[in-house]
Amino acid sequence: MSVLAVDVAKQLGALDLRVRFEAASGATALFGPSGAGKTSAVNMIAGLLTPDRGSIALDDEVLFDAAAGVNMPPHRRRIGYVFQEGRLFPHLSVRQNLDYGRRMSGLPRDPAQFEQIAALLDIGPLLDRRPRLLSGGERQRIAVGRALLMQPRLLLLDEPLASLDAGHKREILPYLVRLRDDAKIPIVYVSHTPQEVRRIATRVVRLDAGRVVASGGVELLKDADADLFA
Amino acid sequence: MLDLSPADWTAVELSLRIALVATACALPFGITVGWVLARTNFWGKTLLDGLVFLPLVMPPVVTGYLLLISFGRKGPIGAFLYEHFGIVFSFRWTGAALACGVMGFPLMIRPIRLALEAIDRRLEDAAATLGANPIRVFVTVTLPLALPGVIAGVMLCFARALGEFGATITFVSNIPGETQTISAAIYTLTQVPGGDAAAGRLVLIAIALALAALIASEWLARRAAIRFHGE
Repeated sequence: MSVLAVDVAKQLGALDLRVRFEAASGATALFGPSGAGKTSAVNMIAGLLTPDRGSIALDDEVLFDAAAGVNMPPHRRRIGYVFQEGRLFPHLSVRQNLDYGRRMSGLPRDPAQFEQIAALLDIGPLLDRRPRLLSGGERQRIAVGRALLMQPRLLLLDEPLASLDAGHKREILPYLVRLRDDAKIPIVYVSHTPQEVRRIATRVVRLDAGRVVASGGVELLKDADADLFA
Repeated sequence: MLDLSPADWTAVELSLRIALVATACALPFGITVGWVLARTNFWGKTLLDGLVFLPLVMPPVVTGYLLLISFGRKGPIGAFLYEHFGIVFSFRWTGAALACGVMGFPLMIRPIRLALEAIDRRLEDAAATLGANPIRVFVTVTLPLALPGVIAGVMLCFARALGEFGATITFVSNIPGETQTISAAIYTLTQVPGGDAAAGRLVLIAIALALAALIASEWLARRAAIRFHGE
């Protein structure tokens, strides 16, 4: 079973980010207010942001270790990343977007897996369209599919519902729950919305002002709700 | 009406060949330098920026003369290329292509650089997380997204190369069949009595070529836009 171990520090402007947590199977929510450093933390896991100090390991592999001078580039980490804004490639069709990770990672074509993920996310009818012509909810489903099809060892979801309206949020949530139950890889789910986290997370790591202030089960959210909506 | 002599046709064919070769050879450099200017920061970047744009602001004769003393058979670069690779630029059509490429370069760089600067870098990050190494990110994401700028740069360089006169005539002279382009041929014809009719025909050809280049560039740019954004 995959285990992600993160222990990193970085000075980001005024924010002194020091985050330490582990994520195993199921969905670990990085939960906290905007500006707490959640996105920076997942960017470091993906390799898009370099920590000043610390280490990141996935299973037995060291992805980053400041002391040992190890910093694996993002393209070799095999970590699926679903961004807040989807970031689909505008010049490629939906099918080409979905296939991109597989091609770039040098994986063989696997029509069965493609079909399975297309079915899981209900994206079959969209395959020949351009991203520009899709709704926000469709775009996010394809972004999830694209990340899954590269057969990642870990899936990062950074506020995947934040740019969607309530209707589209309701549309996507069941897919994400299904994904959590079907995918055999750990998921790190960034969100500042308690309702969302409650639906998806199996573990919660609460961040505030760059620090982990609590971690544990979903029961953590009770106090958090009071804090956030006070 | 367009009763061109074989010599006129030679000039037209030479002009096209020189402009095409100049543009094709300038393109890899244009993309590289455009990328360096758009994406990197280093000591001396302002100098490189200035150097690249120099041919645009200097008198073309000066550019031609600088090419002559550096790329001529006895020039430091020209002598080296001749001794080691047998490449000769002076008084050859290849030299005309070099002059045209240098003159067109600043016009090629600008739109490429702007297009590269306008690209959403976050898409490149996304490609990297999907397993694309930096070179493949460039080829599969950066370059396709910058394509409209690359097309614009190519067309501007080609147009400049087609019309180049000062630097070319200074560097490789005005030799019929070798370095005499449409522009040079028109100039020659206007210097001899009774050359007006022939010059007029070449002028018409030059206008037609310019229009064709413009239309081609519009068409290509529109196709690229459709590819990106759907119809």
